[in-house]
Order: sequence, then C-alpha cells, then structure tokens
Amino acid sequence: MAYDKFTILRSTAVPLPIENVDTDQIIPARFLKATERVGFGDNLFRDWRYNPDNTPKADFVLNNPVYSGKILVGGKNFGSGSSREHAAWAIYDYGFRCVVSSFFADIFKNNCLNIGVLPVQVSPEFADKIFTAIHSDPKAELEINLPEQTITLLPTGEQEKFDISSYKKENMMNGFDDIDYLQNIKGEIEEFASELPF
Amino acid sequence: MTKTLFDKVWDKHVVRKIEGGPDVLFIDRHLIHEVTSPVAFLGLKSRGIKVLYPERTFATADHNTPTINQHLPVADPLSANQLKALESNSNEYGISHWGLGHQKNGIVHVVGPEHGITQPGATIVCGDSHTSTHGAFGAIAFGIGTSEVEMVLASQCIMQPKPKKMRINVTGKLSKGVTPKDVALYIISQLTTSGATGYFVEYAGEVFEKMSMEGRMTVCNLSIEMGARGGMIAPDETTFNYVKGREFSPKGEAWDKAMEYYKTLKSDADAVFDKELTFDGSAIEPMITYGTNPGMGIGISHEIPNAEEVEGGVATYNKSLGYMGFHEGESMLGKKIDYVFVGSCTNGRIEDFRAFASIVKGKKKADHVTAWLVPGSHIVEAQIKEEGLLDIFTEAGFTLRQPGCSACLAMNDDKIPAGKYSVSTSNRNFEGRQGPGSRTLLASPLVAAAAAVTGVVTDPRELIEDEGILSSVINKVKDLF
Repeated sequence: MAYDKFTILRSTAVPLPIENVDTDQIIPARFLKATERVGFGDNLFRDWRYNPDNTPKADFVLNNPVYSGKILVGGKNFGSGSSREHAAWAIYDYGFRCVVSSFFADIFKNNCLNIGVLPVQVSPEFADKIFTAIHSDPKAELEINLPEQTITLLPTGEQEKFDISSYKKENMMNGFDDIDYLQNIKGEIEEFASELPF
Repeated sequence: MTKTLFDKVWDKHVVRKIEGGPDVLFIDRHLIHEVTSPVAFLGLKSRGIKVLYPERTFATADHNTPTINQHLPVADPLSANQLKALESNSNEYGISHWGLGHQKNGIVHVVGPEHGITQPGATIVCGDSHTSTHGAFGAIAFGIGTSEVEMVLASQCIMQPKPKKMRINVTGKLSKGVTPKDVALYIISQLTTSGATGYFVEYAGEVFEKMSMEGRMTVCNLSIEMGARGGMIAPDETTFNYVKGREFSPKGEAWDKAMEYYKTLKSDADAVFDKELTFDGSAIEPMITYGTNPGMGIGISHEIPNAEEVEGGVATYNKSLGYMGFHEGESMLGKKIDYVFVGSCTNGRIEDFRAFASIVKGKKKADHVTAWLVPGSHIVEAQIKEEGLLDIFTEAGFTLRQPGCSACLAMNDDKIPAGKYSVSTSNRNFEGRQGPGSRTLLASPLVAAAAAVTGVVTDPRELIEDEGILSSVINKVKDLF
C-alpha cells in the first residue's frame, strides 16, 4: 500500500517511557477483525487509553493535551510480541510517522519500514535525553533527517546518527514498497523456483 | 566455509542479494489465516496481481473461530466476515482452504505439521509470530506482517536481511515433572523477553535430542518470546519418522531424494555462531510466570524477585506486578486461581492433553475453577477421544471444547474476565492478552492440571510423586475458601 514519502520530519514528540511495549498493548486482538485497513488509529493503545466504559483515562499520555506530534518516543524493546502489522497501521493512522526507541522488536520494526513509519533506534543515553527534554518542555522539537540519517534534539542541538539499510532508506524517501521490486524480478524468481527440491 | 544449520537452509533459498539491503528469500510454504491475510488480498486486487504459486499457500481459520457449537453460524458479524473473506479469497485464487468445520481445520501451527506441509530444510512463513513452531523440523520458519503476506502471495518471496545466529545448548537430563514448556520458559527467563532479538536460534544438546516432535514444537514456538526471529532444531530420526507418510510429505523416490537433503541439515562441527549459550537441563524445575511478559518466569518453588534483581527499569517492573496484583518476595505456590486454559499452538497437541490427563486422572476439578480444554485441531480432538483421555476429563469434571486459538488471544468469546487469574499453557501473559484486565500465569500442562484440581498454584511434582500430598493440598485449599 502506498504511503507518503519521508525525508525530513520536524515535530514535537509524545513520550511513552515504558519498556517492552508489546503489540497487544498497541492494538488489542479484539480490534483486529477488520478486513480493510481503516480505523485502526482509533484503537491505538486502546486499553491504556480508555476505561472499560470507553471514557478516556486521564493519566495516559495520548489523553494529555500537553503532548502531541508526529513522533512517538517509546521505552526499550518497543513492539515485542505478535507480528500483527495492525500495530504499525494503528500508529500510522493515528498520525505518527516515526517511532524512536533504544531497542525495537524485529517484526514490528520490519512492519513499520514496510508501511512508511520510520523506526529510529537511538542509544539509551540519547533516549533518556529526549525523555528529559520533553518532560521539561513538551514543546521541545525533534528533527528526523532521513537523507542524513540523523536525529536532533532541537533545543540543545544534540544529535545522533541512526542506522537504516540503503535499500529501505530509498524506499521510504520515495514511498516505494517491496512488491514493486519483487514484481520486477519475477522472471528470476520463477527460474529459481524451478530448480528447488520442494 | 563452515555453515550452521540456519546458514544451509537460508543460503539455499536466496534468490538475490541486494547491496546494502535485504536478501530476496524464496518461501517454500506459506500458511495464512483469517486475521492477517484480508488486507494482503486487497493489496493484490488493487494492483491487479495474481497469486504466483497458489499450491504453496494453505489457509486455515483459527484465530477468530468459536470453540463451541462450530456447526452454528458464527454469531459475531465481524468474525464471520473475516472467515468469509478467507474462504472467498482462497477460492478466488485457488488456495487450499480448511475453514471452520473442515476435518483438517485447526490452529495453523498444529495442522501444518500434521499434514506434512512442514518439512525439514524448508522456508515457511505465516502472518503470525508463532510460525517459529515449524523450526522444530529443521525448517526456517518465522512470522511476517501483512505487507509480507502480500509479497509472498505475489512473488513467493520476502525481502529480509539475514539475522545473526545463536546456539542454545541444554545438556543433561530433565527431572520428573519438567516438560518442554518449562525448558522454554526457563531459557526465556534467563535471556529476558528481548534477549534473542536480531538472532535466529538453533537449539542443541541432549535435552532436545531426546524430545518428541511435539515437545520440540513447543520449544521452537516460544522462540519469539525472547525476541528471536525463530528457532530451529536439526532434524533426526524422530523428525523423519514424524514427517514420513503424511499427506504433503514427499513419497517414494521423492522421499529418498528428500532424505539425502534432510541428512545434510545440521550445523558443521566447527560452525561459528554469533552467540552461544549452555544451560544445565537438570537444574530446571517446573516454571510459572508472575508478570506481564514471558521473560518474567520463575521456578515454581521460587519467590517473585525484587525489582533490583531483574533487568530493566523499576517503574516498568512495578507496573507489571501492580497489574498482576502480586508483590516482590511472594511465593507463587498457593495463590488462588480462577481459570485454567489448556491449548494454543504452544501446548494444544496430543502430548499436552496426555500430560494434563496424567494428573487429573481420578481426581476432581476444583469447584471454583473454570477450565477450558481446547484441542489444537480436529485430529488432536479425535486422538483425545480415541485414547480415552476424554473419559478421564469427563470423570474429573472437565469438558472438551472444539479446536481454535481460543483464549490464547481471546479474539473470540473465550475471554478471561477482568481481574481473574488464569493458569494458561499458551504463550503470552501480556496485559489483557486473554481478555481486557485478565491476569495470565504461563505454565506447562502439568502445572495447569495441578492448579485445575487444587484451585491454587501447585507444584505438579507433588501430585506425581505422592497421592497423599494431593489430598492434604486439597484439604488445605478447602479450608481456605
């Protein structure tokens, strides 16, 4: 599915300094029943965000009007558990384009890259600096520069480089996905398949 | 150059390497279910692409299905709609579909091996993280997202960088009452829930060599719970005997040829791993989890650790114990439980029900416990009946439900109510995993059985070794409530 190109993103950020945020929290299983990719943002962090009677939980960060922005900053091991791509969809549909963490779970990270959410892995020290900066000033902005592969804490100018494969980087910058690539090498795949034992 | 088992299977399936990018990996077998496939099919339709090799994809309905009255129409319209989408998409593209009521229906990771779809040395993917189960056969198997499901349907390939390699050796002999589930929960408790992220694991050593295929599947299934992409075990006679003669297994000359390949599937003696760990199997005891991720597990006789003894932040740890209603330093033994769930792709196979029966035989379910016994497939269900296990269950006050993922992820009506405790043989104890507000204690079928008959967390070894202790435990519990 096509997504918006990603180059440079400058935004405030929403802090979620909890470790091991699993994809069941990002979107609980009972909200995976759609057959189309619509409306997942409404149920992002459903059970942390809403009481059983659907009233918002005042102490959850997404319900705190002080915090907003296109960047979500999570604790270590963000996105563990289920492979549900719905978790990445919910994050995108809610309005985030980038998730920052000191450590990502594998499948979640892949899913993000495939749908246009940029996962930015920073050092634990830099993650702490971001959390501190946002807590002292929720209007503190971050700049994510994909071409340069840098993340900058704008109030202080502190910066870190982040990793992304050159292939995925080009995809994100152009809004391409892997199917486009695979369709172009179909002949090569068919030839390969004909020689396999299975 | 020497190679690991993982290298051998991965390298054989690389169609193309992309400079500064992922490998294009050919997928032999693709399993789909109703939850993570509909959007992939929509993608194909909007691009006007056909399924390249429909005979390499197999569909089964499991995540959403009811586990009682499966002959009736599915009541929840959203679930019914997803099941219908799986069926119509499968029909439209010529994919085998084992829907609700089909004799081959069951949990995707139970039916794949049962029918020989899972084979040594193959690459297998599914839009489900527990696809790692199939690694028990020496296959490379892992969970993928829906975008990748679409890729496999369109091209039979996915694009991923090759992960690092880890070998986990478990030596020695397991003690009485210690099952494959305990081995896996022990390893995860040692590595933490993210300790194997970025790695593909090979399990090796005496403990796995002696394990049945069912046990190996339980261990490989849980690989993802320590963050690993997958886990695998080198195929041996146990594997070949299991695979031979099944519907989709190679036959005749093809089998002989396949065996030549299967026999090459082991790590070279001097193969190098990025990380290697060794544990003493005899030191493992029955395990139980006390927190909200599968890494938060302890030996059943141990106490809940203090925050400073565990890796990670104190705030996260306290949030977790607060959710569970537990405190540092408490013993898990004797804690009252409300539900028992036996089933899932982790522990929903025949051996798991045999283990459960071995403890509940001749005893009675505790009155206050609700127990859901959910076979992994119709084949498992039939075996339970044939082997007389159902009679044992009925006698002890248990009923058997119909196959499906059920309360493992509570997408259907099998939800543990808020605040209630469930001893579950499934794979995740995340907040709300088994229903909003539910509290899950992950454990083996033996631990689940001991809890089901006593109504509290109980060391199953006591029930195996001495009948006398059981009655004393039950009497003690009766005094409590």
